[in-house]
Formats: sequence, structure tokens, C-alpha cells
Amino acid sequence: MANIAIGQTGGTPPALNTATEAYLAMNRRKRMYGGILLVLFVAIFASGWRISEERNAGDFLPGISQLLDFPSEVVSEAWTNRANIPGYFVEFFPSLIETINIAAVSTLVGALIAAFLSLLASRGIARWPRMIPVFRRIMDALRAIPEIVIALVLIYILGGGPVPAVIAIAFHTGGALGKLFSEVGENADLKPIEGLSSVGATWGQKMWLGVIPQVAPNWLSYTLLRFEINVRASAILGFVGEGGIGHDLKIAMQWGQGRYDKVVAIFILLFLTIVIIDRISDHYRAKIVKGT
Amino acid sequence: MTAATTDAPMTADSPLAQAMFRSFRKRRMVSYAVPAVILLYLTYAFFAFDVPGLAARARLDNAAILLSDFWSHKTHVTRDNRTGTLEVAIEGEGKGTYAPGTYPDWVRTDGEVTTIDLGQGNIVTYDAAGARMVIPDYGLIDIKPVDGKLVLDAPQPVPDWISVSDNRISVTAEAGRFNYSRSKVETFKYEAGWELFFFTLDSPFHGKGFFELVGMTVSGDRVDPARSNVGYMVSEVWNNKMWRHRDVMWAIFETILMAFLGTMGAAIVALPLGFLAASNFMPLAPLRFAFRRVFDFIRGVDGLIWTIILSRAFGPGPMTGALAILITDAGTFGKTFSEALENIDEKQVEGVRSTGANALQRARLGVIPQVTPILLSQVLYYLESNTRSATIIGAIVGGGIGLLLTQAITTQKDWEEVAYYMVLIVLMVMIMDSLSGWLRRKLIKGDGGGH
Repeated sequence: MANIAIGQTGGTPPALNTATEAYLAMNRRKRMYGGILLVLFVAIFASGWRISEERNAGDFLPGISQLLDFPSEVVSEAWTNRANIPGYFVEFFPSLIETINIAAVSTLVGALIAAFLSLLASRGIARWPRMIPVFRRIMDALRAIPEIVIALVLIYILGGGPVPAVIAIAFHTGGALGKLFSEVGENADLKPIEGLSSVGATWGQKMWLGVIPQVAPNWLSYTLLRFEINVRASAILGFVGEGGIGHDLKIAMQWGQGRYDKVVAIFILLFLTIVIIDRISDHYRAKIVKGT
Repeated sequence: MTAATTDAPMTADSPLAQAMFRSFRKRRMVSYAVPAVILLYLTYAFFAFDVPGLAARARLDNAAILLSDFWSHKTHVTRDNRTGTLEVAIEGEGKGTYAPGTYPDWVRTDGEVTTIDLGQGNIVTYDAAGARMVIPDYGLIDIKPVDGKLVLDAPQPVPDWISVSDNRISVTAEAGRFNYSRSKVETFKYEAGWELFFFTLDSPFHGKGFFELVGMTVSGDRVDPARSNVGYMVSEVWNNKMWRHRDVMWAIFETILMAFLGTMGAAIVALPLGFLAASNFMPLAPLRFAFRRVFDFIRGVDGLIWTIILSRAFGPGPMTGALAILITDAGTFGKTFSEALENIDEKQVEGVRSTGANALQRARLGVIPQVTPILLSQVLYYLESNTRSATIIGAIVGGGIGLLLTQAITTQKDWEEVAYYMVLIVLMVMIMDSLSGWLRRKLIKGDGGGH
């Protein structure tokens, strides 16, 4: 310890020693900051759980013991009526398709919105470079509004059905993908654009022929990932609002006992759909990124 | 291919040119086919979603109500036709009712006669005989009950913004709305702004201007001798019964808390599991495989179903929401963490191993410094997106701002509250976005040595 003082003030010890001491001091300081941060984090985390438990209707420990009550009740009832389940698969298949359609359409529309906004908001390729901050803020705003807000308001105006959910998810997707798209766009090679400018191409032609072919693989990969996310979002929106298999799930749950076989059928359908879509999207994304 | 270009001359029918033309044709076809398929699908969806029928179902009057409620408020002036009592209330709510004698200056009472000035010459009068409304460009609308039926006397022809039946006559004018039914007569006056946002009518600070309020904070005259004016004002705003700022702020806090506890808890749970599922740390392939399938299962079951199961066990509240986020994201983090761990640089681990470190020390000193920036950036990104999800999860489990929002929307009445919550949610998400972005830059730059 005494060495530090000498090393810093006098400079008499050999240079190597000073460096070692300085390094050790820095290490200690780093470790201390890390320690303080860790203590702070643990304190916030622990008190956060306490607060959330106090404000919760049920407490943690009794809840843990009841955790399996509901699933086991559902499963045992469904097991006794298991003969009905294949029939329910058929019954709920159309609403599953609706959920997937909501996700697909909103992903497509959202990706189109994102493509336009991101081309207008990327440095180097924007149509009006001065307007870049404006388009960025538009994307931020689209991203910030949670889907549920738009969906519930639109359900009031448009009355039920899948369209409010599509619009809500598409808006959010437009903002979220727009940000990712413009990051890709800013890394695009500008030489093809220069070449196209030299032959007098319009901005639209430069984008379509010079930028889109470069960014397409990455954009496609992000869009597939978003589709995965949107399938889940559309199931949740159905549960809270209207449309698709989420809504059927809510109705089946509201019936409570006696309809648990329906609940299980919907669970299984939803689970399989999500797993399959995840797998397909993973597979294609790996393929796209590897550049085959 | 490249060899061919050097010696064969380029003619239109050389094999190379043929191949190129074919590839061009194929590309051109793809560039037409992809938009065509998308268009076809959207057309299918257009009809599958019954968009043409939407125009018939859409309630544009609802949209008008909603938009006007977003930025304005209405005050109801209601007279009970049986007892003759008058009530002036903001949004018709008990909490916004003016005490008799303290009516706003556009409502004048003189015995049985009440005069309501809607501005620009539009005047409504209630008296013992009935009620009448003067509209400058139209004329006098006079309504009288005769033998239990309502009789309208107005310039002919009666326009379509006046609807008439035996029991009810309603006038929807630009200046306001006026309804007469056998039991009561009411007038709605619309004014801009969110009324009573800071102080309710029973507060001593109601109706005072901004500078007057500032003056009161500076001057020593206490409204309530027991406490200072500033403290009193803050508590009046905080406990506002109309807008419930205290409950709303708690709800926002709960939402952020759900996102924070869920994300951080998931990261803490997933970190050790990530090691167990990474091929360079877990030599036993079957165990590794089992962990991966567990992660896949958790992610596949999806947040919605976890939320439902958990809210049955723990009841409504923020802890349920936090646990739902925790479980869902533990699956995601487990997968992404193990991928990050598999992509580390083995040389550093090797270096630490050469000093005789055991497995735990190797992980702490050789691996963690390398992966911290990646993991931290993922965790912060999820914290950001979970702030949004916590709003939706709150609507399902019954906690946080999501619950308030769905309640306000299902009553289909207090749209100004919906607008208030929407503004708060967007602000919350934007603040969390920039906070997480700032932290990400700060922590990752400061910690960049191992990366």
C-alpha cells in the first residue's frame, strides 16, 4: 500500500513497479465501483420484489404451491374428455388461420412502411437528407405506442374483427423494423447508387436497383424474426381485444370448468404453431444470412 | 465460368451469354413474381378480413366522440323537470359537480329561470313553461310539455340535426348539445382542455391562474394554517379525485417494476442455465440437448399462456406480471446466452487455464469479461421491449397502467383519461428507450476491454 504513495509522488521506484501499482489501483477502483453497483442492484431488485409482492393479490409462497393446481385441473379434465380434442382442433383451425393471417398481413404491411421510412431516414441514401430526423422521430413514435393501445381504440371505432389488430401490429412493426432496416441501409455500399446517378436514374430507381438488392437478405431476415414475434402478439391481442385464436381461448377460459378440453386444444394448437413457425423462420434466417 | 470468358469471344449465342440471359430472365421473373404473390395474398386477406364490410360496421360517430374527448371536456347543465332542481357538473360526474351558487359565469339563475350562454349568441333558457334555445343563423327552438307530450315550435322545415319524438327532442348544434325529455332537460357545453386536471372543484386552489398560484407559494398567507401552500397544492394535485394522479403514477411505476424485475430475474436465472446448454461448457450432449429443449418449450408455450397459468396461482397484481415476463424471457435468454457463450474466443480461457484455474475461475475470468457486453446489451434491449409488453401483460393479469387503460376503454366514456394514459405510456416507453440506450453505450464502452 505504501508503495502507491511513493510511486505516484516521488517516482523513485523502477517504472515497472509504478505500472504494476497503477494497474492494481485501477483494478481495485474498478472492483469497488462494480461492488457498489452490485449492492445497489441487489437492493433495488430485492425491494422491488417486496413491493410487487405487497401489491399483488396473492403472495409468492402460497402461490408457488398452487402453481400446478390449475394446469393439473385443466389437464385432468381434458384427459377425461380427450376424445373431443381432435374435433376441437378442426373447430378452432379457422381462428388459428386468422391469427396467422393477422400476423402475416401486419408483418407485410409493417415491413413496407418500414422500408419506405428507413430509406428516407438513412444517411447517404435519403431522398431529403434534411428530413432524416423527422422520419426517425416518426419511427420512434410508431415503436413507442404499444399495440394494445391502438387496438383497443380501433375496436371502439371499427367494431371487432381482425382489422384493428392488423393496423395496431402493423404500426408497431413499421417502427420497430424501420429502425433495424435503416441500420442495414446505412451500411449499404454507395457505389451502385453513384453508378445509377451517373446514368440519370431517379431516386426511386436508385433505391429499387441500387439499394434494395443489397439490403434484401438482411431485411428479409429481420422480417421473418418479426413475423415470429407478431404471431405471439396477435394471439395476445386476440385475448385482450378481439379476433383469432386468442379470443377463442378467452371465451373458453371464461366458461371455466367443463370447457377445459377446449382450452387444452387451443393451447396445443398455439404451442405447435409457434414452435413450427420458429423452426421455419430459424431455418430460413440461417440460410439467408449465410448467403446461399 | 471465369475461364470461359478469357478465351471464348462474347457472342449472343455463346454458352456463357446464354447462361447470363437465363439468369437475367430468372431474376426478372422473380422481381415480378414476388410483388405479385404479395399482392395476391393481400387481396385474399382483404376479403378474408371482410374489409369491404368494415365501412358498414365502422362507427365514425364514435371516432368523433373520441377525438373531441381527447382535447376537450363538456359540462352538463341538467334540470330535473319533476323537482325543478338544477345541477351543473363537469362530464356529468358527481366528482365534478359545482356547488349551488358557485356555477361558472356562463350559467345564470334567477328564481325558476336559468340562462345558459353557449357563446356566439347561442342561448338556452330553462323556465317554468319549458325550455328554449336561440341559434343565431336559424332561430328560436321552443319546447313545451303539453299533456305529457313534448311540443316543438321551431322554424320550418326542421333540419336533420334536430331529432324529434314524443318523449325526447335533441338538438345537436355547433355550440353545444341540448336534450329535452319528459324527466329532464340538459345542455352540454364543450370547452377545450382537460378540466380539473390539477385541482378539483372542492379544492381551494381551483380556478386560480398560474401566476396567482405562484404568488401563493411565495407569499406567506397560508390557506391551511397546518401546512405550507406548496405542500397543500402538491397534495391536492396528487390526490385529485377526478384524474387520480396518485393511482396512475403507481400504475406506471408498477409497469416499469414488472419489466425490470422480469427482465433482470430472467437474466439471473438464464445465465447459469446458458452455461449448461453451451457445447463448450457442457460436455454431456444429452443433458445439453435436454436444456435446449426446455428453453424451446418455455418459448413455445408463449407469454400469453404463462401469464394465464401464473395469474391463476398468484392472483392479479404486479408480481404475477413480473413472474410471467421472467419465465418467458428466461427461455429466450437461455437460448441467446448459450449461443453467445459458444461464440467466445477460447484463447482467453486457455490463458486462464494455464495458471491452474478451476472451472469456476475460468468462467469468471476467462468467459464473463468476454460475454458481458453482449449479454448486457441483450438484457437492456429486452428491458426496453418488456416495458411495452408489461402494458399488455398488465391488462391480462390486472396490474399497472395496462389495467387502467383497458378499464377506461371498456367504460367507453372517459376518453380524456384514455388519452392521458396513452400519453403517459408513450412517454414511459420513450424514456425507458433512451435510458436503456444510454446505459448500453455507457456500460459497453466502459467495459470494452474484453471484447
